[in-house]
Amino acid sequence: MTAPLADLWVYLQATPLLFLTLTLLVYQGSNWIYRRANVHPLLNPVAWSSVVLVALLAWTGTPYETYFGGAQFVHFLLGPATVALAVPLYAQWDKLRRALLPIGAALLAGAVTALVSAVGLAWALGASELTLLSIAPKSVTTPIAMGIVERLGGLPSLTAVLVVTTGIIGAIGGKYVLDALGVTDHGVRGFALGTAAHGIGTARAFQESEEAGAFSGLAMGLCGLVTAVLFPLGVWLVRALAS
Amino acid sequence: MLGAITVLLVYQLVGEIIVVALALPIPGPVLGMALLFATLIVRGAVGDDLRQAANGLLRHLSLLFVPAGVGVMAHLGRLTDEWWPIAVSLVVSTLVTIAVTALVMRWLLARRSRGDAT
Repeated sequence: MTAPLADLWVYLQATPLLFLTLTLLVYQGSNWIYRRANVHPLLNPVAWSSVVLVALLAWTGTPYETYFGGAQFVHFLLGPATVALAVPLYAQWDKLRRALLPIGAALLAGAVTALVSAVGLAWALGASELTLLSIAPKSVTTPIAMGIVERLGGLPSLTAVLVVTTGIIGAIGGKYVLDALGVTDHGVRGFALGTAAHGIGTARAFQESEEAGAFSGLAMGLCGLVTAVLFPLGVWLVRALAS
Repeated sequence: MLGAITVLLVYQLVGEIIVVALALPIPGPVLGMALLFATLIVRGAVGDDLRQAANGLLRHLSLLFVPAGVGVMAHLGRLTDEWWPIAVSLVVSTLVTIAVTALVMRWLLARRSRGDAT
């Protein structure tokens, strides 16, 4: 790089502007392709935006902390967006209210399956104890998962990555699993996506219908609550397996 | 718009304060969602302003996960060392969870509607 260009680069890296703008640009590009391809699950915009951004950061030798200095403004919006889920939830309340028992039972079955199968499989294949602790809340929305893992001595930032990957897997594979099982009810589809794949599953569910999205948002919130409560059980499982 | 965003932030803030004050095991935004939901039930309506702001945020929910997703680069070492258990665990567990949740819910919904019919 020539000297003025290098100076410009140093200046831009020090402000949040560059990486915030870059995140929005890359996401909108990924999202445009995703829409053009009729929201094909394999073109999931979270997955492709992350891949492109990681490649750009690696290519320019930018550390993640520098990137996050700009991207944190986007990350911050997860909080208000979680609160905003109350609105579609309220819009679907009449429908939800009539399904309280099936919802409660499905939620409990899903939350326990997510936690036990994630820890059990990783353990059986030889993952370390720290990885087991960090993978246990993988189906729960990022802020909840990071909160619980932090309290219990796992790696919150690793958990964030595993949670996002889980969401992407659910958003990509969920449609095929649900189609194969012949699940057509939008409420059931959304609820399963939200339980297993939190906010990214919910984003995918909203593309199917508002009903699927509302059930998914509800599942995401409830699954977070249930897992937060069940988590000591998960830690006990990890310690028992690891010892 | 500004009013609605303020409402969302106020509920989040109140949620965070209650969670810290009572040492609850749930995150502030989730409690904020529950409180806003309770408010909407009591009021019996959502204002247009709030509906638009909420829909605007939720339409781009995927975007909000990108910064955390890029965090993968900070953990490449551990992820390459343990890629096999991590990959199998994430893929199998996530898809099985979707199947179990959907099947339990569908089964109970069907059983109940049969019960209603008789």
